[in-house]
Amino acid sequence: MTDLSALPPPASGTCTERPRSPVAVLRERGQREVFCGLTGIVWLHRRMQDAFFLVVGSRTCAHLIQSAAGVMIFAEPRFGTAILGDRDLAGLADANDELDRICVELLERRPDIATLFLVGSCPSEVIKLDLAKAAERLNARLMPSVRVLNYSGSGIETTFTQGEDAALRSMVPVLPSDDDRRLLVVGSVADVVEDQMRRVFDGLGIGPVAFLPGRRAADLPAVGAGTRVLAAQPFNGETVRALLARGARMLEAPYPLGAEGTTAWYAAAAREWDIPEATFEAVTRPLAERARRALERYRPRLDGRSLFLMPDSQLEIPIARVLAREMGMRLLEVGTPYLDRQMVAAELDLLPGAPVLSEGQHLERQLDRLRAARPDITVCGLGLANPLEAEGHATKWSIELVFTPIHGYDQAGDLAELFVRPLERRARLAV
Amino acid sequence: MQLTLWTYEGPPHVGAMRVATSMREVHYVLHAPQGDTYADLLFTMIERQDRRPPVTYTTFQARDLGGSTAEMVKDAVAEAWERHRPQAMLVGESCTAELLQDQAGTLGQTLGLPIPVVPLELPAYSKKECWGAAETFYQLTRAVLADRVPPPGTVRPTRGEGVRPRANLLGATALGFRCRDDVVEITRLLADLGVDVNVVAPLGASPEDLRRIPEADFNVDLYPEVSRTLCGWLQRAFGMPATRTIPMGVNGTRAFVAEVATLAGLSAESFLERERPGEAGLDASRSRLAWYSRSVDSTYLTGKRVFIFADATHAVAAARIAASEMGFTVVGLGTFSREFAREVREAAREHGVEPLITDDYLQVERAIAEAAPELVLGTQMERHIAKRLGIACAVISSPIHVQDVPARYSPVYGFEGANVLFDSWVHPLVMGLEEHLLQMFREDFEFNDRAPASHLPVPARAPQPADEALAPPGAPEPAAAPTAAPAWSSDGELELRKIPFFVRGKARRNTERFAQERGIATITVETLYEAKAHFGR
Repeated sequence: MTDLSALPPPASGTCTERPRSPVAVLRERGQREVFCGLTGIVWLHRRMQDAFFLVVGSRTCAHLIQSAAGVMIFAEPRFGTAILGDRDLAGLADANDELDRICVELLERRPDIATLFLVGSCPSEVIKLDLAKAAERLNARLMPSVRVLNYSGSGIETTFTQGEDAALRSMVPVLPSDDDRRLLVVGSVADVVEDQMRRVFDGLGIGPVAFLPGRRAADLPAVGAGTRVLAAQPFNGETVRALLARGARMLEAPYPLGAEGTTAWYAAAAREWDIPEATFEAVTRPLAERARRALERYRPRLDGRSLFLMPDSQLEIPIARVLAREMGMRLLEVGTPYLDRQMVAAELDLLPGAPVLSEGQHLERQLDRLRAARPDITVCGLGLANPLEAEGHATKWSIELVFTPIHGYDQAGDLAELFVRPLERRARLAV
Repeated sequence: MQLTLWTYEGPPHVGAMRVATSMREVHYVLHAPQGDTYADLLFTMIERQDRRPPVTYTTFQARDLGGSTAEMVKDAVAEAWERHRPQAMLVGESCTAELLQDQAGTLGQTLGLPIPVVPLELPAYSKKECWGAAETFYQLTRAVLADRVPPPGTVRPTRGEGVRPRANLLGATALGFRCRDDVVEITRLLADLGVDVNVVAPLGASPEDLRRIPEADFNVDLYPEVSRTLCGWLQRAFGMPATRTIPMGVNGTRAFVAEVATLAGLSAESFLERERPGEAGLDASRSRLAWYSRSVDSTYLTGKRVFIFADATHAVAAARIAASEMGFTVVGLGTFSREFAREVREAAREHGVEPLITDDYLQVERAIAEAAPELVLGTQMERHIAKRLGIACAVISSPIHVQDVPARYSPVYGFEGANVLFDSWVHPLVMGLEEHLLQMFREDFEFNDRAPASHLPVPARAPQPADEALAPPGAPEPAAAPTAAPAWSSDGELELRKIPFFVRGKARRNTERFAQERGIATITVETLYEAKAHFGR
């Protein structure tokens, strides 16, 4: 069990500092209008088809996930909440028995489940319900047919997409060991994006390639001295550092968003695999050109427009980079819930101009800045979108950036289109 | 510990938010961890509110737990006062903050603000959303009326000669079911009777409005889940009587009119003269429901098996309407509101069914599957269940989704509300003659009992290979000349399947057009993406 008060703030002190152009950061503390890490379950349970996520928490946790999922998933979801009641708070021993009972019951209903994630929440952390012990207990009973892992998606420890980091981090200790040379792509991408990436790596002659998370949680990639980690998402810092601790090496690159970022991302792997320049050109140039063509059709709509990103998904910095460098948008403020410099070093190098880079949030003050700046497009959470629209600001929901395939060459146009649509809609409406 | 997939009610602090968000000039400081701000989107997305809920969250994190969380509460209260200057402030905790025992409410009071600061203690591990709303509404009103409570035994002054009676409409909130329109409908109904509305609360009221509550002659307990607690206190403290009838359905509305008339000291005789139960024809009631139900077209509704699960108020009223105004047979009745279980048990006895009192979605699903009804009247949750079981469904109660907050005027209370109920309950059903035909010709491949009613849209269904080439319904596309059509390579076809089925048809057509225009004979994965880059989405 983690001692909460002893936890350092996310990612501080663990960065590998290198001489970089200094980026001035506005650090804010106050109300944070962000989801907690439990929200990650909404996409993780779809990405890993053999996994079930059991939140051990309160009615609030259950309500949060169903609200974030929009109560729109008609199939029986592969997640649920074990809601703590007064009795569980009174006696932890009973709470443990209850948890075991629920897990066994659940797995009897779902024999297709191979990995069960016990997910800690704010209340379970505060009452110090030991989910690691619970996982150990259950593993003794259920292995090898089901593996039980645990992590915390609590709001006191994780912000929105950081929940994915915590989930993947919990898988690292159970990855098999070997020192074979392999590429490990870390971070959830859409199934179709994974297939595209595999084709490009095949074309380049880079392999074997594994994805974490993969389509099945039970298919665990091995890790060791030969493993090269290429991050597909900027929010998996702790997972990456845990992989490095097991001997892997990180390939530093911007994220595969937009034509430029995607090329640089593949290039990082190509350099490591000593792929000849000509091969790299032959494989990526047509794809990059195609991506640029797709972007070109949207550029006139975004060129010169201003952008304000509220902190939410951690994708703010790479998204800002794509929209500024490839679509000509002007950055007014780029907010990020927390700045993990190791994970965004290459991104910060590319970020043009001198936008306000803000870390953390004081919601009311940030809204004051936004109203003063009057951006053409604001990226924000669902709770803020309609109120800002009513004030006359065009918005883009940040959660859409996590729920939509936007990575890779062939999604570059889709990424741009997400930002064109609110403007396009406003142009059409005459009411 | 209770395993749940979906919940009917949120935690009690969400009930408090419903009250705060419904009102004006109120601010709620919620001691809560990062992430609990998700609740804002219930209001801004489901109900399309154009303002942020008036809530400041402390959003503490692990690093704050060392001991500074109490300070965060004080800072948040002070900052909220500086910025928003409300007439009253609510200070409370969410489930996690309750465990920290910072006593947020008391802390809020120590700041000595010149407005009522109401501490909210809403036990998150034993109570739920509706209870939280009722408790908040009661505590807030009680606090702003503290200096107006007359000494015990004070006799209420009688209304002056020639003064129109006045009523308060209590209980309407944000995220309630059709509250916005019910308030309009009941206000009109009361006006027709000669009763003025004094205060509507919480919806649209300010704390200053709440101070005027005792000036009315009686209260309308519109949504007992939210307003019964307060109505009870107003009765005890101010001697204000409250209505007990829910004005839902033709008979419910008639009974409500009679009850209001008694409380207001008026005669409803001339009003109810136009309401003639048992008589046919359009002029037998202000509502069309009575005649529509008696018209021969509705014969097929007779004995339709209906399962009802909702909040207690809407469930009990819906069961009576279903049985005696629609001619259905009630085969199941239940509620998730444990606080009102007694009322639902009584109603279930009336209808001769076992009451189902539970907040376990899976148990409700099992009960519905077992009862095999033809229509489910429920909440957003029952919409899921009914969809899965292939049963028609209409939503009659919160929890709701965005489509349950229609743009048009659509109350469910009063005479117009009865019209709305008739339409929305009949709409999902297969119509009379169509039903007969289905039974006569059971083997028709297009028109059978597995197909939806002919006036309903074809539902989205799992993609089947044969579907993919089909254009969306309503836009049949002529087949391309076979000689010109490019062929799909197997990898291209495979990649196409990864595109969501609702846009796959468009992607297929665009790609084929693209290939044709460029003389490409075989469509590969590359052609697919070339076309995508060319056309955009």
